[in-house]
Amino acid sequence: MDVGTLAFSALYQFGDAFAFLVLSACGLAVIFGMMGVINLAHGEFIMCGAYVTVSVAHTGLPLPLAIACGAIVSAMVGALVELIVIRHLYERPLDTIVATWGLSLIATQGTLILLGSTMAGVGTPFGSFQMGGYSYSLYRLVLFFMALAVLAGLYALFNWTRFGVMARATIQVPHMAAALGVDTRLVYSLTFALGAGLAGLTGGLYAPTMTLVPTMGTTFIMEAFVTVVVGGADVFLGTAPAAAVLAVVKSVMTSWQGQLFGQIGLLVTVIIVIRVLPKGISGFLLRERA
Amino acid sequence: MSGKIMRGLRAAALSGTLVLGSGVAFAADPIKLGVLEDQSGDFAAATIGKVHAIQLAAEEINKAGGIDGRPLELVIYDTQSDNTRYQEFMRRVLQRDKVDAVFAGFSSASREAYRPIVNQFDGLAFYNNQYEGGVCDANMIVTGAVPEQQFSTLIPWMMEKYGKKVYTLAADYNFGQISAEWVRNIVKENGGEMVGEDFIPLGVSQFSQNIQNIQKAKPDFVVTLLVGTAQASYYEQAAAASVNLPMASSVNVGQGYEHKRFKPPSLKDMYVTTNYIEEIDTPASKAFFAKFKAKFPDEPYVNQEAENSYLAVYLYKQMVERAKSTKRDDLRKEIAKGDVCMDAPEGKVCLDPKSQHMSHTIYLAKVGADHSITFPKVWEDIKPYWLGEAGCDLTKSDPSAQYTPSNPPPKP
Repeated sequence: MDVGTLAFSALYQFGDAFAFLVLSACGLAVIFGMMGVINLAHGEFIMCGAYVTVSVAHTGLPLPLAIACGAIVSAMVGALVELIVIRHLYERPLDTIVATWGLSLIATQGTLILLGSTMAGVGTPFGSFQMGGYSYSLYRLVLFFMALAVLAGLYALFNWTRFGVMARATIQVPHMAAALGVDTRLVYSLTFALGAGLAGLTGGLYAPTMTLVPTMGTTFIMEAFVTVVVGGADVFLGTAPAAAVLAVVKSVMTSWQGQLFGQIGLLVTVIIVIRVLPKGISGFLLRERA
Repeated sequence: MSGKIMRGLRAAALSGTLVLGSGVAFAADPIKLGVLEDQSGDFAAATIGKVHAIQLAAEEINKAGGIDGRPLELVIYDTQSDNTRYQEFMRRVLQRDKVDAVFAGFSSASREAYRPIVNQFDGLAFYNNQYEGGVCDANMIVTGAVPEQQFSTLIPWMMEKYGKKVYTLAADYNFGQISAEWVRNIVKENGGEMVGEDFIPLGVSQFSQNIQNIQKAKPDFVVTLLVGTAQASYYEQAAAASVNLPMASSVNVGQGYEHKRFKPPSLKDMYVTTNYIEEIDTPASKAFFAKFKAKFPDEPYVNQEAENSYLAVYLYKQMVERAKSTKRDDLRKEIAKGDVCMDAPEGKVCLDPKSQHMSHTIYLAKVGADHSITFPKVWEDIKPYWLGEAGCDLTKSDPSAQYTPSNPPPKP
């Protein structure tokens, strides 16, 4: 086996792990990393996006549109949840844990009761390609580029748009932002909805590659929290380098010793990072500004 | 009219029994059957049908006059795919509800979680699930198929058809590890070669690295012993990467009906040995399937565990009626005679007195490119021989232990 094939396969595995970490974490990075709401219902927003995507795809709409629907519906559900529950708990972060955990239980069991224990999938599009004796799924590369696109989009949104500036101002010093005429309630709502929508987008993107069951969100949760905790508060400067570091750890450990060691590697990395860099990677990168 | 109903209800409340779904009036005390199955959580897709099958059998039995004139009452709890729930509810059904027998468990981890409690209170539990085999415990009756029934048929057949290089992908807990050991031994006995083994923690849903490992090892076929809905994502991902290898399994299709849930052709060329699936085209199977669908029209699939659970209720009825007792020792005297048999939807099944496991008709199910099922081979009356031959004899002693090929029972 030549060096090129090995390099490509290592790169592919890295990209695959990177995409999974970034997409798992991006919604949570906004809600937990930025807003500080410990959202244990993150996996259920992902599940919601996946279910909507597949339901819409079953009606005959093309998959990209279906995924967009999944993200939009999740964002709307997120806005509703913010309005009814989360809004009243911003001053009580510990209570949000209980509230969002309760929501996640309700969502999982409610889906089971309403839609049954499983749902027919849609199949992975694009087929596969050959590279030096291995065949790879093309869709996995799409996921990787989607992860990059999401990161770029978030960076642009929070740095170059009026909403981004208002959101950052609101979350840093809410009363100051309010004094300057920012409708902070609306900004909180929109930011939470954005996080939920990103989770829904992840669900939609992964829906064609996974089994659709009410508990599917839980398979994303560990990776999501690990990435956000390692990354720290900044959505772009945290999530991207954290996912890159963790993807290297995970793909190397998994190819060396199997899936179990991949998971152990992730968790050990988190322990080391939060010991050495309590504010995560973005806290380290941004410390001069602070 | 409503006065009559109220009086009836009051009478039922006073006598302490309210048998639902029964058209026959009973004078005697009910026989209580505890049902601990996962109706939610990761395993629910495969196990809700078990509860329904037990309800169907109980309804039929009660309509036909009950067990020896006594109605059958079900005490059902949702164990939520959670091992600690099994322990909690097992204590509850044995101590508080005082059931006569318990039907419990899907995953081997859950069975091993509740088994010590059944032993402690000296109860009787039916485990109606295919599993990795080896439980030699007088408190347990196992109606599911075991590796010597599923693998000693499947693996040699696959090696003859596809070749001798085998790769195993298994869930990383007692079921996967012990089943993989069986596969390893049978491959070796038949002159084959294991070119790789991967163990996957439960709950893992991303398989890119494993797919690449398999392609690197170039096996003739892959044995997939994946468990739970998260791990089932493997098939879609392997198909998307065009792995295109035949697969052999003892758990897929027959349990989680993956061929119905996934878009064709991701399960193409999957071969499964199972003792029942709804596609089996015999009059007994068709009749059972029709009854099931009549009571539960929305049931997504009638799997092997549903059939195991259904026949287990009838088997229990037969034993109680023969023994004229619900006491475990009296029932075991009947089992010891070696003729506790019945005509189940799959065909004739018998309980083996030594191991309290069951003989089965084993069907080799092949999944086609369009996910239709064909049966290239049927083995009739395959016995659960290994445990008895290895030295487990429950008619003589009760070690209450689980054995494996590398850890067999001590020789007397």
